[in-house]
Amino acid sequence: MPLVDHNAVHWGALARAALGLALCPLLFGVINRVKAKFAGRTGQPLLQTYFDLARLLKKGAVYSRTTTWLFPMGPLLGLACALAALCLAPLGGMPGLLSFEGDLFLFAGLLSLGRFATAAAALDTGSSFEGMGASREMQFAVPAELAQILGLAALAQATGSLSLSEMLARIDMVRWEAAGPVLALTGTALFLVLLAETCRIPVDDPNTHLELTMIHEVMVLDHSGPDLAFILYGQGVKMWTLCAMLAGLLAPVRSGDPLLDVSLGVAGVFALALVMGVVESSMARLRLLLVPRLLVGATALSALALILLLR
Amino acid sequence: MLSLVEFILVGLVLTNLVLLGTSRIGLCIRMVAFQGVGLAFLPLLGHGDLTWSSLAISAATALLKGWAFPTLLFRSLESAHVRAEVEPYVSYSGSLLFGVAALAVSVWLGGRMPLPGPGVPQLLIPVAFFTILVGLFGIVTRRKAVSQVVAYLVLENGIFAFGAVALRKAQLLVEMGILLDVFVAVFVMGIAIFRINREFDHIDSGRLASLKE
Repeated sequence: MPLVDHNAVHWGALARAALGLALCPLLFGVINRVKAKFAGRTGQPLLQTYFDLARLLKKGAVYSRTTTWLFPMGPLLGLACALAALCLAPLGGMPGLLSFEGDLFLFAGLLSLGRFATAAAALDTGSSFEGMGASREMQFAVPAELAQILGLAALAQATGSLSLSEMLARIDMVRWEAAGPVLALTGTALFLVLLAETCRIPVDDPNTHLELTMIHEVMVLDHSGPDLAFILYGQGVKMWTLCAMLAGLLAPVRSGDPLLDVSLGVAGVFALALVMGVVESSMARLRLLLVPRLLVGATALSALALILLLR
Repeated sequence: MLSLVEFILVGLVLTNLVLLGTSRIGLCIRMVAFQGVGLAFLPLLGHGDLTWSSLAISAATALLKGWAFPTLLFRSLESAHVRAEVEPYVSYSGSLLFGVAALAVSVWLGGRMPLPGPGVPQLLIPVAFFTILVGLFGIVTRRKAVSQVVAYLVLENGIFAFGAVALRKAQLLVEMGILLDVFVAVFVMGIAIFRINREFDHIDSGRLASLKE
């Protein structure tokens, strides 16, 4: 008897997705606040990203004459992919809006498609810097995706399910005691993937303003107004989705009460944002040459977890 | 629940991956020392009860691999005045990917081999194979003489891991013999590195191949 009913759309799942949509810009605020505390500054208001989004949505967009329809499509497709991924992701052990056998591949594919849209829009501008950023993003995506797929495969093998919601619903303290090292390896690998996917230190520095060292930020330089708001919000949704997954894996506290479980899941997401802030304040970003090595290392960890399970 | 032996074996795999992925020779030497100390516990855990012979092996292993070899290697590194980079022929990412492939091959190979006795953890044979493969890979692909010595030690660690749990009888004699051999080998290699460095001002084995009379 599966723990998750695949065919029904639950009002609860809808509420959880709406919660993600409403709270995801706050994650940036939490990370920035942690960094500010570490640096001894007051920092931006916690709700700064909401203000930014509102300001950007009020503005008009400027399009260069060299760009084609690809350029405005990039942010739209990116946001659409992030939203679709959010629908698949469970929160606090409760299923996402959609779930079916094998949806973990759709999940990884959606994240890839979003990245492709951003990179294609960046190439469409014809700017050499944006081409460089797109090239780097794609180069780092190769090991990151491998690590993610292998990590999810290890989770699928550990829990005996191919659906994200089912998989994370089955992970609890008992399973941690039985297969702790494997889950810890997978969790570490997925955390590194999270840092790479959301473009945080040590892979990418969201605050850098030197085009030569930027990766994600340089790809979105030419976007303005609502397009930039879509990209920013898409990043937030993506971060929320990945954090919710990882929190479900690392802190599988299940009480049985749906409301309590969801609030625990949300607490886990914000705890991960806190950890990301601490990581960002305590270390510098890696040299560009070292980033692929870090991500290949994450792939090795995922592969190790999978091999430990398959032996 | 993984036992302490399996915990050490997983640690062995992780340190092997670090050895493949890092560029600092100093970190490599520390990782090998770490492996050696972890392995020193294996003879104690493999048996039901503590005996003097297994205690002696553990103490000798920990002393040699945890203290003597690193000291020797750090000293030759210092005296050779080289940049503390590994400078491999194969890129670090390539090495890591080789590590994953080697791990898969060793698991496949380990699954086909009969376990040498009851009470031997399933993970042991794959991990020992993996460590030996990583050592061989390091000897072939690393450019500097010091990192080749480190890779040789990794290879020996793999053999030791295999022997420490699998061999129950006549262990003391065999292990002590191996330890003595390794000690002499590392000693000689240390002297050789020093001599090579004094003659040629470098310890790059790639450039030694183009020597002329």
